[in-house]
Amino acid sequence: MKRIPTPRPVHARRAAAGLVLGLGTLAAALALPAHAQEKLLRIAMTAADIPRTLGQPDQGFEGNRFTGIPMYDALTHWDLSKADAPSVLIPGLALSWAVDAKDKTKWVFKLRPGVKFHDGSDFNADAVVWNVRKVLDKDAPHFDASQVGVTASRMPTLRSARKIDNLTVELTTSEPDSFLPLNLTNLFMASPAHWQKKFDAAPGATPADKSKAAWTAFAADASGSGPFRMVRFVPRERLELAANKAYWDAKRVPKIDRVVMLPMPEANARTAALLSGQVDWIEAPAPDAMGAIQNRGHKIYFNQQPHVWPWQLSFAEGSPWLDKRVRHAANLCVDRTGLLKLLGGMMGIPKGTVPPGHPWWGNPKFDIKYDVAAARQLMTEAGHSAAKPLRVKVQISASGSGQMQPLPMNEFVQQSLKQCFFDVQFDVIEWNTLFTNWRRGAKDPTANGAHAINVSFAAMDPFFAMVRFTSTKTFPPVSNNWGYFGNAEFDKLIADARTSFDDKARDAALAKLHARIVEEAPFVWIAHDVGPRAMTARVKNVVQPRSWFIDIATMSME
Amino acid sequence: MIAYLLRRILYTLPIMGGVALVCFALVHLAPGDPLVSVLPPDASAELQQQLRALYGFDRSLPEQFVSWVWRALHGDLGTSIASNRPVTTEVMTAVVNTLRLAVVATLIGFFFGCLFGFVAGYFRNSWIDRGASLLSVLGVSVPHYWLGMVLVIIFAAQLNWLPATGAGPGGSGDWAWNWAHVQHMLLPAITMSVIPMGIVARTVRALVAEILAQEFVVGLRAKGLTHFGVFRHVVKNAAPTALAVMGLQLGYLLGGSILIETVFAWPGTGFLLNSAIFQRDLPLLQGTILVLAMFFVVLNVVVDIVQTLLDPRIARS
Repeated sequence: MKRIPTPRPVHARRAAAGLVLGLGTLAAALALPAHAQEKLLRIAMTAADIPRTLGQPDQGFEGNRFTGIPMYDALTHWDLSKADAPSVLIPGLALSWAVDAKDKTKWVFKLRPGVKFHDGSDFNADAVVWNVRKVLDKDAPHFDASQVGVTASRMPTLRSARKIDNLTVELTTSEPDSFLPLNLTNLFMASPAHWQKKFDAAPGATPADKSKAAWTAFAADASGSGPFRMVRFVPRERLELAANKAYWDAKRVPKIDRVVMLPMPEANARTAALLSGQVDWIEAPAPDAMGAIQNRGHKIYFNQQPHVWPWQLSFAEGSPWLDKRVRHAANLCVDRTGLLKLLGGMMGIPKGTVPPGHPWWGNPKFDIKYDVAAARQLMTEAGHSAAKPLRVKVQISASGSGQMQPLPMNEFVQQSLKQCFFDVQFDVIEWNTLFTNWRRGAKDPTANGAHAINVSFAAMDPFFAMVRFTSTKTFPPVSNNWGYFGNAEFDKLIADARTSFDDKARDAALAKLHARIVEEAPFVWIAHDVGPRAMTARVKNVVQPRSWFIDIATMSME
Repeated sequence: MIAYLLRRILYTLPIMGGVALVCFALVHLAPGDPLVSVLPPDASAELQQQLRALYGFDRSLPEQFVSWVWRALHGDLGTSIASNRPVTTEVMTAVVNTLRLAVVATLIGFFFGCLFGFVAGYFRNSWIDRGASLLSVLGVSVPHYWLGMVLVIIFAAQLNWLPATGAGPGGSGDWAWNWAHVQHMLLPAITMSVIPMGIVARTVRALVAEILAQEFVVGLRAKGLTHFGVFRHVVKNAAPTALAVMGLQLGYLLGGSILIETVFAWPGTGFLLNSAIFQRDLPLLQGTILVLAMFFVVLNVVVDIVQTLLDPRIARS
């Protein structure tokens, strides 16, 4: 008689399932070492969103740092390989460039041969023309108004591009402008062929609708020519890049296999993420956590940066800053060493917009330092005393991109200036509103009677660092000369710099401009950002240059 | 009953209209230029005009409002200025993420809130009552962003038991109800659950105390019902109110907490609102607020309906 098999009890089945699960887990664990060999770098950014990925990033220069430079190339690059010298311009996708000797509004760029975009298409003169047209030519099918803002402001004189041959292109400016090669570090080259594929597949009733949809699709699956290529994009959450092993610059072929970028706007959250091992790199750690971070064996990198944290002064009628003695007194009365201590060492003490030793320094006659006696003397000469303090009102923000720690820093400066007979009041407003007001100027009702405004600014290129604050052509609402500072002398110095096409001559002209700016003091220079970032010790070959930017391509991981 | 429910649903229509109007007006009354993030500092008047036209800011406010509502009714909330992505997609993705978090926080809050409330109410004036009441008061009083940071310091930074931030190993894009993702959810969900836990506990305690003092409970005891039998009746009587309170709390949680979601980098509606405010992204801000407000209105109706179904006296009254 055949025996009927007894069904196994339920717990036996569970045990079998558990065994299978356990074996599966064991297999997965055994498989882990192969996966773990991947060199994965996880970065927590300060941005609340992933900077735009379509070639012209937003989120300020953090966008250029994390979705511009790693994924794309520009015609010209910043040299980010040195920590002990200011970053200078080097060839990128252009091998060389020269201005037309007869017509200084025309530049010829010789392009690098053999460069491929991540989609396999060729980089050439057509690609340059296409990328210029995308932001300047409203009639171009791929014109994208949303990219204009972050482009036009960084190369204000660029007007058009023309192909000469496959590897030569001519760029035209509205006026002679020697700053153009510097500005072009911000024009990242996206792949026209890849965009065309997206356009062909895009829905839309009109070409404009299809173009808009194509850019959205391109942003989700971008193609540049940079050392990293985009592999995964989860909006507002993460961007994953993989090494482009076929990158044209052998020195910058990435050794790290994959980079994950995570938006984390809150400083304590970033710090906790680093301490709990969730990420390998955080931007701007919480100032009071520096010790804890270092005690866990992590490293903190910082360096002088072209980023100024000032009070920009008003020269409108009735402003107390019209008196140069008062401007100098304020610059001499800020205890910057004390402020440095307050920020846990994470700031630079300014001597001007650029530091001594910079090609644009110029050795100004006015020395920005902490000298309360001299400051008081100047204020007394200007008719002020403890009994008769000078009332000044400053518009500031409570937070904001690049604004460091605006409230405690401004309160510290307020106390510091009190000893030199300044009575400082603040008008605290929301960051974007402050940023809007910055362009409207000190005479606009939105200034609310303020005599100064506290907006930090990048000083990478001459236009951003100096020209927009000192030219009569940039009075509000044209650009950021909020305080209406400028005269014929400064316009001449700017023109000299802009029309000097030899690097040394241009630097010399800019040095003269910088020296005069420091001497006339349209700012109270309070701090320079030093761009603190913390990383695990596993991240190697880190070079923190004297720049807003940093090169991930040359780093490695243990 | 049906007439009551229909009337209740019809009442929501003018409320929704009012919510849309208030949300549109508030965002437009705030100072600052919405195009500041895309306009270059030296933007020409022509470019400014072009961008304003592109985003519809060149039209009068009533025109903008009508167009916005009309498009919203068709599921189009416009395009985010900052990201250039459709607002509807952005908001719905965030809503789903917040919903996951809110549901878990609600379950934790409701379970422990009821537990503390029933225990405190049943053993009122005992040390158990005082302990449970203290916990519920703490839950309502402690700033939850502070509690979040404390939990992160202990469980993420010090003990390394749970992740400090994010929605999972691969983000919320490949979300699954597995341990790896739930781990990411625990700290924000516990932080979020503390307030509803406290509120529910206090409400239930008061209810239980009140119900236990009623005559029918004395009658039940006199009939010889066991403690458990009496307790069942108490629960049945307390449930509609507890549920209503929790429903409203779920509404608040769905709004997401800007602070909690920012502290934990949780990609929900609070995090999205934070981004929209700082980027002054008007379409995104309006769209997010509108969707959240609508959720709240709808949830109120659902709570009312459920409450009515549980307790028909409400409809009769």
